[in-house]
Amino acid sequence: MADLSKDTLLDMYRNMVVIRRLEEKSAELYQQGLIGGFLHLYIGQEATGVGAVWALGEDDHVITAYRDHGIAVSIGIEPKYILAEMMGKTTGVSKGKGGSMHLADKDKHFWGGYAIVGGHLPLATGLALRARYKDENFAVLCLMGDGSTNIGYFHESLNMSAVWDLPVVWMIENNQYGMGTAVDRASGETELVKRAVGYGMKEGPRVDGMDVLAVYDATKEALEYAKKNGPILMESLTYRFVGHSMGDPERYRTKEEVHEYQEGDPIRIFGDKLIGEHKVTQEQLDVFDREARDLINEAVEFATNSPNPEFDDLFVDIYS
Amino acid sequence: MKMMTIREAISNALREEMDRDDDVFIMGEEVGVWGGTYAVTRGFYDDYGERRVRDTPISEMAIVGAATGAAMNGLRPVAELMTINFAFVAMDAIVNHAAKVRYMFGGQFTVPLVIRTTTGGGRQLGATHSHSPEAIFAHFPGLYIACPSNAYDAYGMLKASIRDDNPVMFVEHSTLYQKRAEVPVDDPDFMLPIGKSNIAREGSDVTLVSYSKGVHIALEAAEQLEKDGVSAEVVDLRWLRPLDTDLFIESFKKTNRMVVVDEGYPMFGVASEITAQVMDHAFDWMDAPVKRVSAEDAPLPYSRELEQMALPDAEKVVKAVKEIVY
Repeated sequence: MADLSKDTLLDMYRNMVVIRRLEEKSAELYQQGLIGGFLHLYIGQEATGVGAVWALGEDDHVITAYRDHGIAVSIGIEPKYILAEMMGKTTGVSKGKGGSMHLADKDKHFWGGYAIVGGHLPLATGLALRARYKDENFAVLCLMGDGSTNIGYFHESLNMSAVWDLPVVWMIENNQYGMGTAVDRASGETELVKRAVGYGMKEGPRVDGMDVLAVYDATKEALEYAKKNGPILMESLTYRFVGHSMGDPERYRTKEEVHEYQEGDPIRIFGDKLIGEHKVTQEQLDVFDREARDLINEAVEFATNSPNPEFDDLFVDIYS
Repeated sequence: MKMMTIREAISNALREEMDRDDDVFIMGEEVGVWGGTYAVTRGFYDDYGERRVRDTPISEMAIVGAATGAAMNGLRPVAELMTINFAFVAMDAIVNHAAKVRYMFGGQFTVPLVIRTTTGGGRQLGATHSHSPEAIFAHFPGLYIACPSNAYDAYGMLKASIRDDNPVMFVEHSTLYQKRAEVPVDDPDFMLPIGKSNIAREGSDVTLVSYSKGVHIALEAAEQLEKDGVSAEVVDLRWLRPLDTDLFIESFKKTNRMVVVDEGYPMFGVASEITAQVMDHAFDWMDAPVKRVSAEDAPLPYSRELEQMALPDAEKVVKAVKEIVY
């Protein structure tokens, strides 16, 4: 069980709340036309991103798919640079070139969100190759949706990581739908971690993805395993409370199903735990919530007042 | 200077760069124990070991994708795709990732990656193994495309590609490996500048523009034309991206006539692009229509005779020149 100080636990809680408030605000800005393109929200999955990222050591790395806002916040990118990116401003993390799906911060070892399903999987293999090539002690956490397990990239990348004993934690954020197609309608084997067998790879746990500390513990252990031995495949069983992206009519699931999962809201569960086991008061949690709202409002102001890129920026950073 | 084949020149360049920089390594199908399907990396596995000469599964998407990830994280991979025909399988990794990660993340990432591969028809390998699709890759900003025609260029261009911080597709012609030329192997830092083309033969009546094997076809045509009293200048593009527009435009302004030779298909190809560049930059110097000599617009067949008929040759180039030199 996680041996974390109360301060750390509170920081993790705060992190989850900031993600939730950021996502709600993003939806609002999208509806106002201030954010364009596709917007995939992390609401409901916060425990997975926060638990997994907080388990990373200083030298470890993380890479993810396009549902990347929660990972960006957890790795420590200030919301103002995230919102500025979503609003296409030069102050955004990717200078307005990437948008919601392409957040990254190289200095923080966050190698980005990627919009082609599975496209980042071989990148993770390659990022991890450095550890073996130069005999360095780090692991790469590669988050992916359940949908990405059926694309060729998954097969080739996991197999290559196994052949070369690379330190990758392949974590499937199984939110039960690849867009609108349920896992059992898309995968012959629905217990996705079992795919590990086909690669001679360590089959990791299927962790409760709504329990931030369970995700933290499992990821921590997986990272240690990967550094010592090689790749491991694990699943975080989670659920998104909102559509795949903005404008999803959600015909593939019932409102009752969503409500049922919302009963197990990962932020509320963690909050209750903090109150019950760590002598935190509801008032304290309410303060965090207000602080998060203020932080996001300031971020919107920063992004709104940031400059738009100009024509000449089109040709910057195509080549080094 | 030392006389050597293109195969030896590439092999030498790889060895020198691996000796110079431990971060340079090779990965691909059959590059190690086998020694490379075109024998370019023969002996490398014994000399450098499996850490730096990495045999991969038959997984083109992961070869390019993992090489891109390794490059982003500070290594300098030379990834090999056995032939450019298999690059279609890795198209997303090349076009959407290797070529784009720098731009898409606001310049945070650098991709010092070389993808070595072979191109070209003429070996009776049938429709799927005989493509010359360089133009497709040259279409995308974010990549460099190197297409050497001789050993000297291959040596200097590969060394420059490995030392550059951008993703380069280094496209070797599968029928040219035995071509010999003088190579400056005595200078370990010899490199040819990226994006600079070359006058392979001087002339005054018509400009023949080509790259890779097409340069040899153009040179052969130029010999024949000389006997008929036509002086042809041959421009070797060397790189399709960055495209050195200046040199062939300068040549065209001198000769006022042009034939472009390439082994790709005629529609939407390299020759089409060069022609458009002439329209953009030198319309007033044009004395005759620019002609294209490309592969015929059909999949390449197995039959030896039929395949040869489909490919460009000196005869076709001479005929095209005579249509515009009057």
